[in-house]
Amino acid sequence: MALAGAVLAACGSSGPGSSITLYSGQHVQTTDALVAGFEKITGITVNVRSDDEDTLSDEIVAEGARSPADVIYTENTPAIQYLADQGLLAEVDPSTLAATPTRFNSPDGRWVGVSARVSVLIYNPSLIARRDLPTSVLQLADPRYRGLVAFSPAETDFQPIVTSVERTYGHAAALRWLEGLKANAGSHVYPDNETVSDQVNRGAVAFGVINQYYWYRLQAEVGAASMHSKITYFAPHDPGYVLDISPAAVLRSSTHQAAAQRFLAYLVSPQGQEIIAHSISFEYPIASGVTTARPETPFDQLQPNDITVAELGDGSTAIALLKEAGLL
Amino acid sequence: MTTTDGRPGLSVVDPPTDPPVPARRPRRPWVLVATSLVVTVVLLAPLAFLLIEAAGAGVSTVLHLIFRPLTATLLWNTVRLTVVVTALCAVIGTLAAWCVECTDLPGRRIWAVLVVVPFAIPDFVVSFGWASLTTWMQGFRGAVVVMTLAVYPLVYLPVAASFRAADPEQEDVARSLGISRTRTFVRITLGQARGAILGGCVLVALVMLAEYGAFEILGYQTFTTEIFTEYQLSFNPGAASALVLVLVVVGLLVLSLEAAARGRGRVVRIGPQVQRVTAPHRLGRATAPVLVAFAVLVGLALGVPIGSCVYWTFEGGAHSLGGVSLLSATWHTVLYSGTAAALATVMALPVALLAVRYPRGVGRLFERSTLLVLAMPGIVIAFTLSYFLVRYADSFLYQQAPLLVVAYAILFFPLALVGVKASVAHAPVGLEEVARSLGQGRLAVLWRVTLPLIAPGLAASFCLVLLAAVTELTATLILVPTGVQTLATQFWAYQQNLSYGQAAPFALVIIAIAAVPSYVLGRYFDRTPVQDGVATVAPAAPSATPSAVPTVGSGL
Repeated sequence: MALAGAVLAACGSSGPGSSITLYSGQHVQTTDALVAGFEKITGITVNVRSDDEDTLSDEIVAEGARSPADVIYTENTPAIQYLADQGLLAEVDPSTLAATPTRFNSPDGRWVGVSARVSVLIYNPSLIARRDLPTSVLQLADPRYRGLVAFSPAETDFQPIVTSVERTYGHAAALRWLEGLKANAGSHVYPDNETVSDQVNRGAVAFGVINQYYWYRLQAEVGAASMHSKITYFAPHDPGYVLDISPAAVLRSSTHQAAAQRFLAYLVSPQGQEIIAHSISFEYPIASGVTTARPETPFDQLQPNDITVAELGDGSTAIALLKEAGLL
Repeated sequence: MTTTDGRPGLSVVDPPTDPPVPARRPRRPWVLVATSLVVTVVLLAPLAFLLIEAAGAGVSTVLHLIFRPLTATLLWNTVRLTVVVTALCAVIGTLAAWCVECTDLPGRRIWAVLVVVPFAIPDFVVSFGWASLTTWMQGFRGAVVVMTLAVYPLVYLPVAASFRAADPEQEDVARSLGISRTRTFVRITLGQARGAILGGCVLVALVMLAEYGAFEILGYQTFTTEIFTEYQLSFNPGAASALVLVLVVVGLLVLSLEAAARGRGRVVRIGPQVQRVTAPHRLGRATAPVLVAFAVLVGLALGVPIGSCVYWTFEGGAHSLGGVSLLSATWHTVLYSGTAAALATVMALPVALLAVRYPRGVGRLFERSTLLVLAMPGIVIAFTLSYFLVRYADSFLYQQAPLLVVAYAILFFPLALVGVKASVAHAPVGLEEVARSLGQGRLAVLWRVTLPLIAPGLAASFCLVLLAAVTELTATLILVPTGVQTLATQFWAYQQNLSYGQAAPFALVIIAIAAVPSYVLGRYFDRTPVQDGVATVAPAAPSATPSAVPTVGSGL
């Protein structure tokens, strides 16, 4: 009976006048632009619940079969892979998956890659010269950077870097590295990457670890004249040079499967990708052959570490390490 | 005024000294007992949920989580900040109150208003005001300065009320016995205000334990910020409940500290409660420095946050973030806060009536147990409620507006109780008895006699809760319905995105709205019963003033 109701709802609600609920851990700028575009084309209303991606994925686990969410869209893959591992995600339509290069999709087709971002160093040239910056992520723990480096351990963007370091150097070395980094950062352990960017830009600390688009977004916010910082990359293929995929998925419990799948298809469609390419979110479009229209390093010139989305997993390795180091 | 005993303090836990106990104790009306029971159960639900969840996680898991490296850091961060800020607030609040109430400071009436206004500005806005201007205001240093400036009125208000009500003759007696000016000040003047200072300090400490937004902006890690992070990392109270338990225990310690200290010593005032008009202390050559000090205090506490918001409103950069309109956010803020204020006031009514009119037995028990809410920060109430409903109540009310309203009502119930209780205590029970003897039913008496008598107190309670809810951030962030933004949550979204120009107008509207109930409350507490000719009703007495005003912007 309930199943029949769900099927009926699923069939009858993908057109104008229906609505879906989107749990979005993505930046509001990106989400708002995409939702507006989708609503205009389809007439389907999207209710957006914005929060941190890890909060949302845990809410969905707690909500279980009664989750109000139809679609989840996050900044990084671990939060969504966690849901896939719990069997809470529906399979994504093959045609949607085909729009994005396979290596940026869930290995078992449970989520689709929508956009990408890459980790960088933000630095304040008046406090540290570029040649004095670390070229490898391991050097962040070098005692010579004591008091100079800022980072945000609670930010989910930081977890893939930890996972990558652990994968390359092993658990013990990764823990020592985190402890050294914590000591170096001292009071410059901030709640999020926006704060890291802002504090470096304003000269409170010499440099920090962020994703590239935070810098561009800060520039859009405060104006080029107020930018006192620059960004630079780790050495090519360094474990700290990590490409993160922002993925989206449909909940298995959704009673609006068709509309939810349409939303996913829209995200990776040329229209959706053009919005990402031109919006002020400054992330890299990765599907339907669309490329960034921004002054960022072109996507094909990036030289990230070769860690795969499967190896990034659900982030539990990183969280355990961060807890062990007293950072969470 | 019958309760002018000069030790206002945290009068929520401070029953009126002489409640009008009828000579022959009538039977407690069961309706009153039943409704009070329901209210108490609702108020204690979050605490019960928390314990159930912690128990579910297992004792060993919880202990393991408590005894990890981070807990010590958090405890140290939280305790040292709480101690330093509380001490600074005690000094600033007491000195400012003494200058305004007891000296010939020029412009006393204006200063009396200006030093209290910072109170209507939420802590996270003060923090934003400072942090957006200078990076110097970060970490421990920033937290000390910002929080002191944001919460010192919590000490100022009760202490000023206490000075107003204090018996000046004692100082004269002390001086006439040859005790020096300084010793008289310390032993008599401060001695009389001791309860008020202590009560204010307890409120400051509770605010410090509950604050989230300000510390998040300043990048200072405390229990509450970490609990927030923890819940974000895993929406699982089992894990976060470990830290929550430590926080609640610290809160209970603070509360019991106050109760213990209050028990010692007494301040008595004999004779008719008529204030003898005495000449204020002369500041003399100290006048100029004191004026400068007041100007600096007001400039830092009021000028910087408001100035900063105005500056960003006009000077903010390009706007990259969309969001709900100011109008929509204002409407939802007023809707939720107003409903919560009404609900909390209604909930406080039976508990206050029972506690005052039938002070022995369950009445007192209900009242006392509702005060446990004070040790539960907003973040804890919000998370436990929403998690519990998802887990055990089939998602009833989950992510819906009524849940936010109920959470506000629970969170700010102690505030509502203050006003309602004070006015019930002062409403002459004789009038009700007369009405009863004339054949009126209980409900008719309540409606036609009691409610009109206590109406001003109900209005004050409504305003207090309204003020507190409008400036609340933490619980609102967690419970706001999908697709809705209030002023506080939209401000927060912009602020986190560093969109200062877009965040600032929302902060200004919060301040403007908060100013309305603040003004009403100021008028209410300023009235002297004699002038108003409603001596028996108006009064909320100094003993209510202090704990009344306190919690603005706090999120106790």
